[in-house]
Amino acid sequence: MTTVDETIQEAAPESNQELKSIARQDYKYGFVTEIETDTVPPGLTEDTVRLISSKKNEPEWMLEWRLKAFRHWETLLDKEQLPDWAHIKHPPINFQDIIYYSAPKPKEQLSSLDEVDPEVLSTFEKLGIPLEEQKRLAGVAVDAVFDSVSVATTFKEKLAELGIIFSSFSEAIHDHPDLVRKYLGSVVPYTDNFYAALNAAVFSDGSFCYIPKGVRCPMELTTYFRINTENSGQFERTLIVADESSYVSYLEGCSAPIRDTNQLHAAVVELVAMDDAEIKYSTIQNWYPGDEQGNGGIYNFVTKRGKCLGARSRISWTQVETGSAITWKYPSVLLQGDDSIGEFYSVALVKGRQQADTGSKMTHIGKRTKSTIIAKGVSAGEAENTYRGLVRVNPGADDAWNFTQCDSLLIGDKCGAHTTPYVEVKNKSAHLEHEAFTSRVSEDQLFYCNSRGISVEKAHSMIINGFCEEVFRKLPFEFAVEATRLLELNLEGTVG
Amino acid sequence: MTTTTPLDTYLTDFADAARDYHTARAGRDPEWIADIRAEALESFRELGLPIARRGNEEYKYTDIRPLVRQGFSPLQIIDRDSDVAAPNVDLDQLRIGPSEWHRVVILDGRFVPELSTSDGLPNDVIFGSLAQAVHSENDTVRAHLTRLADHKEQGFTALNTALAADGALILLPRMTAVEQPIQIVYMTSPQSRGMAVMPRTLVIAEEDSSAAIVETHISMEHNPHFSHLTNAVTEIVVGAGANIAYCKIQQESETTYNVSTTQVEVNENATFRSMAIDIGGRLTRNNLSVSMAGEGSNSDVRGAYVITRDQHVDNQVIVDHVVGHNDMNEIYKGILDGRARSVFHGSIIVRPNAAKVNAMQVDKNLLLSNDAEADTKPAFWIYCDDVRCGHGAACGNLDQDAMFYLRSRGIEEEEARMMLIRAFVSEIVDAIEEPSIHDHVAILIAAKLDNL
Repeated sequence: MTTVDETIQEAAPESNQELKSIARQDYKYGFVTEIETDTVPPGLTEDTVRLISSKKNEPEWMLEWRLKAFRHWETLLDKEQLPDWAHIKHPPINFQDIIYYSAPKPKEQLSSLDEVDPEVLSTFEKLGIPLEEQKRLAGVAVDAVFDSVSVATTFKEKLAELGIIFSSFSEAIHDHPDLVRKYLGSVVPYTDNFYAALNAAVFSDGSFCYIPKGVRCPMELTTYFRINTENSGQFERTLIVADESSYVSYLEGCSAPIRDTNQLHAAVVELVAMDDAEIKYSTIQNWYPGDEQGNGGIYNFVTKRGKCLGARSRISWTQVETGSAITWKYPSVLLQGDDSIGEFYSVALVKGRQQADTGSKMTHIGKRTKSTIIAKGVSAGEAENTYRGLVRVNPGADDAWNFTQCDSLLIGDKCGAHTTPYVEVKNKSAHLEHEAFTSRVSEDQLFYCNSRGISVEKAHSMIINGFCEEVFRKLPFEFAVEATRLLELNLEGTVG
Repeated sequence: MTTTTPLDTYLTDFADAARDYHTARAGRDPEWIADIRAEALESFRELGLPIARRGNEEYKYTDIRPLVRQGFSPLQIIDRDSDVAAPNVDLDQLRIGPSEWHRVVILDGRFVPELSTSDGLPNDVIFGSLAQAVHSENDTVRAHLTRLADHKEQGFTALNTALAADGALILLPRMTAVEQPIQIVYMTSPQSRGMAVMPRTLVIAEEDSSAAIVETHISMEHNPHFSHLTNAVTEIVVGAGANIAYCKIQQESETTYNVSTTQVEVNENATFRSMAIDIGGRLTRNNLSVSMAGEGSNSDVRGAYVITRDQHVDNQVIVDHVVGHNDMNEIYKGILDGRARSVFHGSIIVRPNAAKVNAMQVDKNLLLSNDAEADTKPAFWIYCDDVRCGHGAACGNLDQDAMFYLRSRGIEEEEARMMLIRAFVSEIVDAIEEPSIHDHVAILIAAKLDNL
C-alpha cells in the first residue's frame, strides 16, 4: 500500500497547482444581457401581489389565490417560521430588498419567435438553447423563461395537434382556466412551506403542460430558466398533468449572470399523474454558484413534488445539481394510487463554498407502491453536501417497497458530506432497504489509472463519472451528454 | 398515575425540589460537589426538559410530554448517611443475574450494602457507592465526575446532576483485569411509585485494565398503577489500552419511564463494547454518546429491543470521531409487536482531520403488528475525506422464502416463525463475549419473546 500512497503524494503537488488555476475558471453562463426591462421596485406588500397580477392581466380567482398565499406567508414571516432545519448557513434574507417582477420590454403578446427581442434570443443562443434551431431541428419543444416571463414557446402548434397543451403559465391561466384551477396547489398547496407560500403569492411565470388521455408526447418538453436582472428573484411555477395512460418527458435547465449579491430562486413544481400515466422530469441545475470566497450566487430554494394520483402511475425525478450557492430542494412523490411507482435519481456536486441540502421524500399511501432513491453526492473545496430524505409507509400502504442508496464522495479535506435519511414505517408488510456509503476516491482505483498513464485529474474525472453513471443513465440522451460535460467542467480544478 | 400535571409547572416543581435538596445538603457534602449541583440547577432552570414539539429534532419521534404530565416528584434522600433498615428483597426471584457476579445494588436511589457484594475483586479495585467516594474526597472521582456528561446542554443531565443522591462507582486501576462481570443494579421498590429517581454512575477504567460491566434497571413491582421515572446518567472513561464491555439492561415494569444518558470517552488503543438490551419500560430513551478520543481505538456498539403493547424505545446513538485511525461498528435490531414504537437515531460524526476512520452503522426492525411503528434515522456528519463510512437500515416482515423453506422441512408455522424471530435478535445477543452475560441476556430475551 505504501507504493500507492507515494504515487498519490508525488502526483499531488504538481496537479494541485494546475487544479487551483482551473478552480478559478469563470462560470461560463455568467454574462448579463443588456435589454430594457419592465421592472417593479423592490419590496413585497399586498400591492406588489396585486401589481404582478394586474400586469399579467389575471382573472379575479387567480388574484384571490395569490392574496391568500401572501397573507399566509406574512403570518409565517411574523412567526419567523422559516425552514431552519437544513444543514445550510446564510445571512437572513431581507424579503423587501428583492425585485419580484422583471420582464423584458416590450411586453406584448408574443405569437411567434419573430416578436421576441433579438437580445433575449441571442442570450438563449449563448446558453446553447438556440430556439430557432431547436424549432426546426432538435425536435425539443422549449419554453424559455427570462427573469419573470416566458419569452417563447416553440413547437406549440405541433403539440396542439395531439391535444397536448404546452404553454407558459400566464397563457394557461387565460386559455385553460379550468385545468389550472383544478390542479394548481393540489400537490404543493400554498400552506406547504414558507417558500411555497412566497412563490404562490408572487410567482411570475413558468410552464404548464397537459397531456391528454392515451397520448405519448412525441418529443421532450423543455423549459429554460434564466435570471438576468440584478437583485431580482425568480419565482416560477410549473404544473404538469398527465392524464390516463399518457407519457411525457420534461427537461429543465437554469442559469444566471455573475452578480456579487445573492439572488433568490424559489420555484414550485407540481406533477400529477393519473391512472397508468408516466411523467419523467429531469433537471440540470446550473445557477451561478458564487465565487471562490462564497460571494454571490443563487439561493435555490425549490419545492418539487409529484402526485401519483392514479393506479399504476409513475413519476420519476432525475436531477443534476451543480450550480447555486445554496440548494434546498427535495423532489418528492406522493404514492397515492395503488401499484404506483416513484423514483428519484440525483447527482449533487458542490465545490468552492457551495452548500447543498437535497434529497427526496417518498410517501407510500396506496397498496403495493414502490419507490427507489439513488442519490450521489460529490463534495470538493470547502463545500457542504447533505442528503436528506424521508421514506414513509402509511398504515394502509400494504406491501410497500423501497430501496434507497445514497453515496458520497469527498475530494479534499475541507469539505463535508452528510447523510440524514429518515425512515418511518407504520405497516408490517413494508419492505425497506437503505444503504449509504461515504469515502474518498479509492486509492487503488487511482493507482490503477496512474499506472496506465492516466493523469490524476483525468482519473478522478473518470472515477467520478463512473460513480454518477447510474444517475446519468436515467437522463434523456442529449441531457446525459451535457451532464457529463458539466460535471467534468465543474470538477476541473477541484481534484488533487 | 391518574393525576396529570400541566406542562408549565413541571419546571418549577423540579427546580424547587433541586433547590430544597441543595439547601438541605448544605455543609454535608464537599464544597466542589455542592457548587456543581448549584450550577446544574441553574442550567436546568434555563434548559428545562425537551418538551417542545416544533424544531425539536432530537425528540422528533419521542414526545416526552406524557412523561412530564405524570408529575413525578423527585426523590430527595437528604439523610442518606443515616442507616436504614435493610429491605427484605429476594434477588434470586428478580432475575437480575447469576449470584457469582460482583454486585452493587442501589434501591430507590440508596446504596444497599447488605445486597451488594464485591468479594473476590482485586484489592485495589473500587466498586461501591459513588456518594461515599465523593465524601472520602477521592481525587480521581473529583477529576472525572461531571466531566463527560454535560449539564450545560442537556436538561435531563442537568436535572440528574442537581438531584443525584447516590449511584455506583467503578474504579479499575491500571493493568487490573476483573474476571467476573461487575453488575450495578438500579432497583425500585413499590415505595418509589410516582417518584423520579436520579441514579448516577461513574466508571473509570485506567490504562490497560479490563472488565465486563452490567447496568440493570429493574422494578420490584409490576402492576398497572405503579409508575416512576428513572433519569440515569452514566459516565465511562475507557483509558488507553483498556478493554471495557458495557451492557445496559432495561427490564423495568412496562409502566415506567426511563431516560438514560451514557457518555463514554474511548482513549487510544482502547476497546469499548456496548450493548443496550431493552425489554421493559413504558417509555425508554437511551442517549448513548461515544467520543472516540484516541487513535487506534475500537468501538462496537450494539442494541436489541423486543417491545410490545404500548412500549416505546428510543435509541439515540452518537459516535463522535474526534481523532482518526479508529474503527467503529454499530448495529441495532428490534422486534416490534402490539402498538409498540421504536426510534433509532444514530449519528456518526467524523471531525476535520480525523482521517482513517472506518465506521459502519446498521438498524434493522422486524414488525410483527400493523399497529407498531418503526422510525429510523441513521445519519452521517463527515468533515474529513479519508474515511470509509457506511450505513444501512432495513425494515420489514419475516422473510417469506425462509418461512417457506422451514415449512417445507415439516416445521410448524408457529415454530418456524419463532425460529426466525429468535435468529433475528441472536445476531446481537451472540456478540456478547462473556458467557454468563450472554446466557443471562439470552434468557431474558427468550422470556420476552415467549410473552409476545
